[in-house]
Amino acid sequence: MLPTESAEAGTVPGAAGRTAAAERGHESAGRRQDAPDVPDVPAAGRAAPLAPRAKLLPSLSAVYRAQLSRARVARIPLLFVATFQSVGIMVLMRGVVDGGPGARAVVSGSSVLVVAFVALNLLAQYFGQLRASGGLDHYATLPVRPAAVVLGAAGAYASFTVPGTAVTAVVGSALFRLPLSHLWVLAAVIPLAGAALAGLGAAFGLLAPRQEVATLLGQLGMSAALLLGVLPAGRLPELIRWARDLLPSTYGVEALARTFDARPDWSAVGLDLAVCAAVGVVSLAVATWAYRRAAVR
Amino acid sequence: MSYLVSTVCAVRDLVKTYPAARGRRGAPGTPEVRATDGISLDVRRGEIFGLLGPNGAGKSTLVRQLTGLMRPDAGSVDVLGHDLVRHPERASRLIGYLGQESTALDELTVSLAAETTGRLRGLPLRQARAERDAVLAELGLAEIAARPLKKLSGGQRRLACFATALVGERPVLVLDEPTTGMDPVARRAVWAAVDRRRAERGTTVLLVTHNVIEAETVLDRVAVLERGRVIACDTPAGLKQQVAGEVRVELVWREQAPLEVPEVAALRDVAQESGRRWVLRLAPDEARAAVAAVTGGAAFASLDDFTLATPSLEDVYLALGGRAKGLVKA
Repeated sequence: MLPTESAEAGTVPGAAGRTAAAERGHESAGRRQDAPDVPDVPAAGRAAPLAPRAKLLPSLSAVYRAQLSRARVARIPLLFVATFQSVGIMVLMRGVVDGGPGARAVVSGSSVLVVAFVALNLLAQYFGQLRASGGLDHYATLPVRPAAVVLGAAGAYASFTVPGTAVTAVVGSALFRLPLSHLWVLAAVIPLAGAALAGLGAAFGLLAPRQEVATLLGQLGMSAALLLGVLPAGRLPELIRWARDLLPSTYGVEALARTFDARPDWSAVGLDLAVCAAVGVVSLAVATWAYRRAAVR
Repeated sequence: MSYLVSTVCAVRDLVKTYPAARGRRGAPGTPEVRATDGISLDVRRGEIFGLLGPNGAGKSTLVRQLTGLMRPDAGSVDVLGHDLVRHPERASRLIGYLGQESTALDELTVSLAAETTGRLRGLPLRQARAERDAVLAELGLAEIAARPLKKLSGGQRRLACFATALVGERPVLVLDEPTTGMDPVARRAVWAAVDRRRAERGTTVLLVTHNVIEAETVLDRVAVLERGRVIACDTPAGLKQQVAGEVRVELVWREQAPLEVPEVAALRDVAQESGRRWVLRLAPDEARAAVAAVTGGAAFASLDDFTLATPSLEDVYLALGGRAKGLVKA
């Protein structure tokens, strides 16, 4: 069989019949035109059955478990850096604020900073690297929903922040003599602030045109969370206070800060956490869309 | 049941053009590139079908279009009766794919990489674990199952990635240079696993390679790609038939060729030179004369080594007008 024949057989109808392979090709092309187009499930007998899709929850848990194991294997040392950084900031700030609302802002800001560092910054870097190196192809050639990959990775990175955030909050409370009694609220603050920030991080990583840009966006987001979250809001200029209101981590910081009161305003705490949840839903939806877009080029 | 017909994968007139890139700050821009330029292929059921070509011939672009990772600009891809240009998401439910990159799996252990991939291919947990164990045992990976991929050697890591492609059975396997960096034992494990699936389940394999020895030994049929076009498609033996009248002569000189010998100077015009090595494709009587010339008389002192061989697929590629150097013999 000559090369030109095999290449042309499909293009030129008159060339049909020169080779067995070409004939078969034309028969199937003819069938394709005659058969009505069935959108998802092809008519029985015409096409081979498709293997099942991976279901959302089992695949989400598989991705989550695989991502969690990366922390053990890669020993992501930055998890420790995140905690040391936050504790260091609190030690420094002890010379500036003493007790009162300032201390609450510093402790809750430093605690949520751990979440911003890991969920936003590191996740943006991870997805940026995965996209740049072609690693997304692995997931894109498996019958798994984009939401399972994005939510599994975001959930794992949010989980990475649990020990660091808890340690920071407890150490900070001890440093500034704040009550530990309502720290259980971290059980809501970490997942909700984690969802919002991990969603942003994933979206940054998947939308950035280049890997370096993803890293830059992650770093900038974390710096914003650091400056706008740790510094007490009362001392900031008005323009910066607006910026602070736009940052999703702010609501996690405020929710945690309110619970250091003897009698916290639980409805305000709930409202802050609802904002985190809403941002989380939107940013994770954007990240899922971005994943879909990045996976098929 | 028409999916039992023997054509598993039919590609027609596939075109993909990468747009021209503007140059920035000193770096020159790149012109528009037709990565696949009207490719048509038929792959039959149970066949090991190869795509052979040097780097940049368009092999990986073609494979990305077959696996739904890239939309072609024009043309059709039909796999087992499914139109994959219109429904690229179905590719993952028909095809097991081994790409060139392992970054998504690098920090996982071999065992977890295989299990997770199986679960994401839709297997229930118990079945994913059973298939994982079977595949790791089959490929001789059980001993390193607990080690993370990035701590393994290149060949072992490649074999572990190949294992993930087998967990969760698919009727079609698309393997993009699966044996890169592998030692002979690992290569044998790969081809034995492929053969077993083909014999037991009629699995069809589409293999991307730039290794001519591998292409000659494992492929049933091969399409030779050059600059986005199929320049030949046949069995390896059939392709070699095209250059059957020729003999391949390889000469290796000690330091440099003795060009003062007139016979040697004449051979230089038809030789492909790479350093001290000359490769010539000659008619049998020409080959005899050439060997006589270099093994007798003044030229012999400068000769380090010579071989006479029947032509390989590399010679076919060159005879068909392939220009790029980049095919590997290993």
